[in-house]
Amino acid sequence: MTTIDRNDVEAGIGLPEDADQWTAKIRGFLMRTLPPGRLIPDRQPSYMASWIYIFGALTMGALAMVILSGGILSLEGPTWWHTSSVGLFVNSLHLWSVELFFFFMVVHLWGKFFMAAWRGKRALTWMTGVITFLASIGAGLTGYLSQTNFDAQWISTQAKDGINAVGIGAYFNVLNFGQMLMWHIMILPLAVVAITVLHVLLVRARGIVPPIELEPADPATAVAGGEG
Amino acid sequence: MTAALALVVGALINLTGPGHYIHWGFIQISVGNLVVIGLMVVTFIAAILIPYHRKGGQS
Amino acid sequence: MARTKRFNPDRDINVWTGPYRPYDLAKEIIVTFLAVAVIAVVLAVVFGSPDEKSVTVKSWSTADQVDFATTAITELDGTSATAQYGPPYNDVKDVSQMIGPFSIESALGVHIPVNPAQDFVLGPLSTVTGNPKLSKALAEYKAATPEQQQAWSAAYEEAVKTATVTAGTLVVPPGDYGPVGTLIGNLTQLATSGGLDASLINHAGFYSTDYTKSLLFVADGGYFSSLGDANHLSGEQWGMMNETGSYPGQPWLWLYTVWYQIPPFNGDNTFGANADALVWILMMVITAGFLLVPFIPGVRSIPRWSRVYKVIWRDYYRSQR
Repeated sequence: MTTIDRNDVEAGIGLPEDADQWTAKIRGFLMRTLPPGRLIPDRQPSYMASWIYIFGALTMGALAMVILSGGILSLEGPTWWHTSSVGLFVNSLHLWSVELFFFFMVVHLWGKFFMAAWRGKRALTWMTGVITFLASIGAGLTGYLSQTNFDAQWISTQAKDGINAVGIGAYFNVLNFGQMLMWHIMILPLAVVAITVLHVLLVRARGIVPPIELEPADPATAVAGGEG
Repeated sequence: MTAALALVVGALINLTGPGHYIHWGFIQISVGNLVVIGLMVVTFIAAILIPYHRKGGQS
Repeated sequence: MARTKRFNPDRDINVWTGPYRPYDLAKEIIVTFLAVAVIAVVLAVVFGSPDEKSVTVKSWSTADQVDFATTAITELDGTSATAQYGPPYNDVKDVSQMIGPFSIESALGVHIPVNPAQDFVLGPLSTVTGNPKLSKALAEYKAATPEQQQAWSAAYEEAVKTATVTAGTLVVPPGDYGPVGTLIGNLTQLATSGGLDASLINHAGFYSTDYTKSLLFVADGGYFSSLGDANHLSGEQWGMMNETGSYPGQPWLWLYTVWYQIPPFNGDNTFGANADALVWILMMVITAGFLLVPFIPGVRSIPRWSRVYKVIWRDYYRSQR
């Protein structure tokens, strides 16, 4: 067994004899795709010079507010806000954070569309963004259904027909408050956060998309699909 | 136009009263939603038009 | 692959070899979060949030006893929207929405069984004790032939149209409706007392979180839909996007709800009759297209044709000239 000192172990140098470990392979993959300078960069390409770039961060800021306010509502349960003025304020905060979340997400989406930000092997970033949007719509709908008021009654009885018509309603019963609350506070938030994390890591791994170019900079070195 | 503006202002003053709606052909939209969508478009246009002054930039 | 494909501006990039500038990501994240927090607090303080009280069977039957009785008789005789719904609630044939020749709804069958006559009317009434007149009426109704039951119900449906409320009690003009008058009269009393609300909830022992039956019953009534109409919440009013009062609702649902407003989906034809199923399938196709934008020729060229990118990266393109 070769010896290795503490500094080399902590730097993740790794010995050739450990190279077939699952752990070593995962670490190697992460260090290649997300070296510290990519994961937490302090510099960005000089073409990154527009306010449109802050809408991703604004969306995440609103998501954090949604989770914070939702967390406070969870502390006291789903009917607290009907009877407490503090509860009503936290509910208002939750509602407006959601409106802001979708607002910023849609502006972010428009920006990325017009930048054709899927170029250069970034299609998966686009697709995870779309899935986040869809999961958020589900989270929004189940949130409306968890309000325990007229709105929730109305929206659930309206939504059932479309959802039943394609068979989903047989399993996803929008009239079952307990089921909708669970989806709203557990399954869908987890999905939104998990896909958002993946989306952000993909952005960091690939870097922000360079400006649209009509011709390759150098026909000899142009790489279809971008940096590999 | 003035009527629409009055509706918008009316909605902003009190959101819990009866809803305000704008009809245009088959399109019927609440003033609340119209304001949100309008602001999104305005924000997008502003975001791409307003000059972005960067510190220590080099080009 | 890189060598065989031509450079496609909608798919490929030039690897950046230019300068990098300082960019404080952590500061951006924290400052934007604080900004969003302030905006959200201001909006919450200024506008609050809507909270329209829920409709209970008690509040509905108290506000409009005649509408309640009119709805209850359709639950008993199996003509209400819920009784005629078909899967996933009950096995009524040929009422499910079709996608061409196929119905996913029917194929999956009954998953959330709801029998309105039993669950909404006869079941709750049979829990009432100490009312010999009601017990006798229930026994008489249950012992009758289906034809006799239908004849009574039809007579009651006719009579209830001219019913009135006198001193807080439902008064239905006399008719040949046998025990049905006693049944619906008692059900209305049970409803106004609040007892029916409790018996409609799906109980799993002591606890309950499932309001499927109560919601279906309440939604069958004219009272509930008139409240929705008054709030611009109906399907043909772009209702899915809307919120009570003047609050913004779910404007992001516009592309889903728009189909219900236009031909052929709003028509009195096979598209209209199957609008829910067809709009959902259409939305699934559109969503798949949205997801696959990076791979769809033409769609992925829109950004380049629109030239919006030239505005966004104007500093860069200026420096290139």
